[in-house]
Amino acid sequence: MKKITISDPTLRDGSHAIKHQLTAEQVSRYCAAIDKAGVPIVEVGHGNGIGASSIQVGLSGESDIKLLEAARSTLKHAKLGVHCIPGFATIKKHIKPALDLGVDIVRCACHCTEADTTRNHITFVREQGKQAFGVLMMAHMAPVDILVEEAMKMESYGAEAVIIMDSAGAFLPNRIETIISRLCDTLNVHVGYHGHNNLGMGIGNSIVAAGAGATIIDGTARCFGAGAGNTQLEILVPVLEKLGYSTGIDFYKLLDAADLAEKELLQSAPRVKSISVVSGLSGVFSGFTKHVERISKEYDVDPRDVFFKLGERGIIAGQEDMIIEEAYALHQKKTGKPL
Amino acid sequence: MPKKMNIAILGSGNIGTDLLIKVLRSPYLKCTRFIGRNLSSPGMRKASSLGVSISDQSIDALIDNPTCCELVFDATTASYHKKIAAILKKLGLKAIDMTPSQVGEMCVPSINLKDCISYPNVNMITCGGQTAIPVAFAISQAQSNIEYIEIVSSISSRSAGPGTRANIDEYVENTESGLRQMTGCQNVKAILNLNPATPCIDSQSSIFALVDSPDMDAVSESVAGMVLKMKEYVPGYEMIVPPQYENGRIAAMVKVRGLGDFLPQYAGNLDIINCAAITLAEEYAKEELEH
Repeated sequence: MKKITISDPTLRDGSHAIKHQLTAEQVSRYCAAIDKAGVPIVEVGHGNGIGASSIQVGLSGESDIKLLEAARSTLKHAKLGVHCIPGFATIKKHIKPALDLGVDIVRCACHCTEADTTRNHITFVREQGKQAFGVLMMAHMAPVDILVEEAMKMESYGAEAVIIMDSAGAFLPNRIETIISRLCDTLNVHVGYHGHNNLGMGIGNSIVAAGAGATIIDGTARCFGAGAGNTQLEILVPVLEKLGYSTGIDFYKLLDAADLAEKELLQSAPRVKSISVVSGLSGVFSGFTKHVERISKEYDVDPRDVFFKLGERGIIAGQEDMIIEEAYALHQKKTGKPL
Repeated sequence: MPKKMNIAILGSGNIGTDLLIKVLRSPYLKCTRFIGRNLSSPGMRKASSLGVSISDQSIDALIDNPTCCELVFDATTASYHKKIAAILKKLGLKAIDMTPSQVGEMCVPSINLKDCISYPNVNMITCGGQTAIPVAFAISQAQSNIEYIEIVSSISSRSAGPGTRANIDEYVENTESGLRQMTGCQNVKAILNLNPATPCIDSQSSIFALVDSPDMDAVSESVAGMVLKMKEYVPGYEMIVPPQYENGRIAAMVKVRGLGDFLPQYAGNLDIINCAAITLAEEYAKEELEH
């Protein structure tokens, strides 16, 4: 039976949904439950990864270190992972302290065309004897040849897996099939997929990715994640098993963890709202949703227009400040005067 | 016609070559050596075509001939500058360091130009620092109670060469340290985004500050004054979103269109750090003429 490694970023991507206000207590409780279920990798931290607490994306309620300590002291079997974007996080200030407190896997992420910004970080993690994965975010924005080239760079730096991240939930299955197949043909390391639900494709795309050869699939409890939410973990696992893959996860205990997540973590269950569809169609990072809604209201402009403007400009994850620029410009255009 | 100060440029990449074109235009500076490691690089060929004396001997070109200039622009890398800073000092050469090495005194001309010329080694922080720190400084002049400042810079992927990409942590660290020093606010963060969109995006920066009940009129006036000061040496500097009080924070955005000397206009990030370095070098030259 073909083995799939499930990686669970509930306590990382989910942070977006609650404006990065996860507490150490919540992290402990969820970690205890998900560890029992046998999920092999648990990611923890700010929504944009360690070191990303900022006005730009959202200030964390509790520091990454506190959250990671809570996870570390709870997890007995699962590996502890972090997401890390160079440009937000640095080796000295964020990666080293995370490794020192016992993080096992660093997923070094960048916009899908900028793999060389992760070289130092991947190299450093490997030198410390820990695992490093490369993550190509907003992968819908680059053609497959470029994605292959960028993934090969990450492999050459020492990444033990390369994850294709559908940060905007913009992919349709046919492109996932092509991208994952090409990567699996070319790379000598694991290929992974991280899906979002904006266009209702979370589970569907993940299944296609597995079929095309991906061996690491991300999913979160109750879709807890940015915008429309992620691939739903407690659906993903049984569907994969039904298709003949082995995940090594206990189904009932997984459901228990998901129930706990709904009760303990979620303020409201993520669902595909109208604005999430717009985010997916415009190809703009799901994590922008809360910011776009708030800022559009303040500037009295249509959030849908803001999303499509950002999409036209090719705005990438991390450029949340451009929301203000576009809302300000739309407001000026509408009223003929500055605020 | 005043006597010009002789300068050398070390590093024949994008920054070094663009600096050369700006030096050739300066009434105060003369480039006597353009130094790299490879005579066939685009920068070397450009310098040669402009009739500038070139060398592929790297730092040895200066060790062998230290009297060829009084001042060196180091447009290599942070790690290389750390190695050669002491050599330049020993040779009695002033250094304007274009890398985020954190060796010399940090300079933003619109803030501390006059103070810097008493130092033999001055660091130009980073492109994002040169763009955003002036606005952060202007806010700090109008408000004394800033809790936290954050600057976010977006540049075109095409304008980020291998040096920038290999030094992204140094970029963040040096920008934050410049921000701390210039504003006096200890709690700061710098973020850098590389955007690959085509046509290439213009370089721009956002400045955020957490301030309890700010005086927005004072902030706006201070920032507007700073933008005028910036335009004196960076013609393409422009405010695109004036200071706003939004969601409990001050937010402002500026953009820089480059002069399009050696680099395309969208690379305003590279243009601004070079404009700043030229301004400083000319200040050294003027100071010398006076004494």
